[in-house]
Amino acid sequence: MLLTLTASAVLMLLQQAPAEGTDWDAEFGVEVKQRDPVTGELPVDPYEQSNANAGARPYDSARLVDDFGGREGIARIAARTVELSEADPRIAAIFASHDTVRLKRTLGEQFCYLLGAGCDYTGRDMRTAHAEMGVTKADMNALVENLQVAMREAGVPFAAQNRLLAKLAPMSREVVMR
Amino acid sequence: MTLAAFSFIAIAGAAVQIAASPAPPRNALAPVPEAPPLLAQGEAGPNPGRDPASEPPPEVEPQPDPDEPPRIAGFDVLAGGKLLLTNGVTTVEGSSGGGLARWATIGGRQMAGGIGLSGHATAIELPDYGWRSYGVMLGIGDRVELSYARADFDTRDIGALLGIGQGYTFNLDTFGAKLRMTGDLVYGQTWLPQIAVGIEHKRSRDGALVRALGAADASGTDYTLSATKLLLARSLLVNATLRYTAANELGLLGFGSAAGAGYRLQFEGSLGYQLSRRAVVGAEYRTKPDNLGLGDDDWLDVFAAYSLTDNLTLTAAYVDLGSIATIPGQRGGFLSAQVAF
Repeated sequence: MLLTLTASAVLMLLQQAPAEGTDWDAEFGVEVKQRDPVTGELPVDPYEQSNANAGARPYDSARLVDDFGGREGIARIAARTVELSEADPRIAAIFASHDTVRLKRTLGEQFCYLLGAGCDYTGRDMRTAHAEMGVTKADMNALVENLQVAMREAGVPFAAQNRLLAKLAPMSREVVMR
Repeated sequence: MTLAAFSFIAIAGAAVQIAASPAPPRNALAPVPEAPPLLAQGEAGPNPGRDPASEPPPEVEPQPDPDEPPRIAGFDVLAGGKLLLTNGVTTVEGSSGGGLARWATIGGRQMAGGIGLSGHATAIELPDYGWRSYGVMLGIGDRVELSYARADFDTRDIGALLGIGQGYTFNLDTFGAKLRMTGDLVYGQTWLPQIAVGIEHKRSRDGALVRALGAADASGTDYTLSATKLLLARSLLVNATLRYTAANELGLLGFGSAAGAGYRLQFEGSLGYQLSRRAVVGAEYRTKPDNLGLGDDDWLDVFAAYSLTDNLTLTAAYVDLGSIATIPGQRGGFLSAQVAF
């Protein structure tokens, strides 16, 4: 008994501790995604880029673009919406495991395209982009409220706010999964 | 001895590690209600042959939230979640809608999987009459609305004139139920409104009198079909309701007529313009039958509703109720408060 204990103790002591700085991801075959040094975005699987992925046809109104503060204003509103949502306890969990650097850019492109401000949308289509997220209508409402806050902060008139929402609301069919 | 002590420490350390290892799965289990349903993605997912190992680990830490709403029988109780004003205000019959017209909206602030409650009080001041009503609504998910309302209609001086007594007050109980069939007020196809069917069972508390006035029955049931949509591109809410009814003045004067007049199809229409998240202005029109030949007129109103808080909505309106019980020119003010959770 004592012999067994001693023997196992000796065996344990003889075991070599793993070297400092072991690459555990490599040991277990985990693929590490590196953020792009320029854009700060994580790589995504290749897909076909098309403005059709934006999910609706764009407006053609210079005044509407102006209401949103042009391309820069639109990009700021999109980024602000993502920031508010990351800090919103109702939906933060959905954003926690996603590349919000990329999301800020693609959401901004989508808004910019839909509002007719002349951007191309380079993101994925709505169904693919939201697959496996289990988004509910309540989540969607929370996002709408955050977008409304962002637009209000940017001084977008309410009727113009609703025109953007009008493009987004029908996309619930592709986004809401339960 | 040192060796033995050391081995004990090593074994104890290993044991601690083993004991600690079940902890992460427990953490991972807790947020499951928030996690994507894995089965659903089999139908909707773009790549069913995807490698499960590439699934990102759940990074959400379970946060015991003291503000978490209670759950009863799997429903979130009074958790809210609706966009402001999308539960409508309360009609004179206690249903979710505009002031006069029933809408396809479901009362309460709950979303799917939730239970909501709403209460209201309404006063209408007319040149010759006074209306008071109050009631409660229960909303179940995005599907069902149950309501009860009591209306008291004070005839004031007209009561004496009509020979039923000074200040005679008609009372009406309305039990409502509404079922959303399809569509969504805000989301989904722009051309597909939220569509609901419903009933309103009404019981006059003045049976003998309404029969004496010529009504066939003291109680009756209205059947409604409503379609309501918020056209975001125009900030416009549009509602149309068909009501199959035999009610005289909503049922305050009973149902049908002893002479044989019965059910007729009536129309309720509403238009609302959203000024902000919290404010909407609009107008409504409601046709009514004239079974008793007392000059029962169509009703119309011009309204403004404002959400003072997420839970409290005030509605003010100018109403034209035409002639009531042969007394014409019943135009006045409508004020209603709704509290909803």
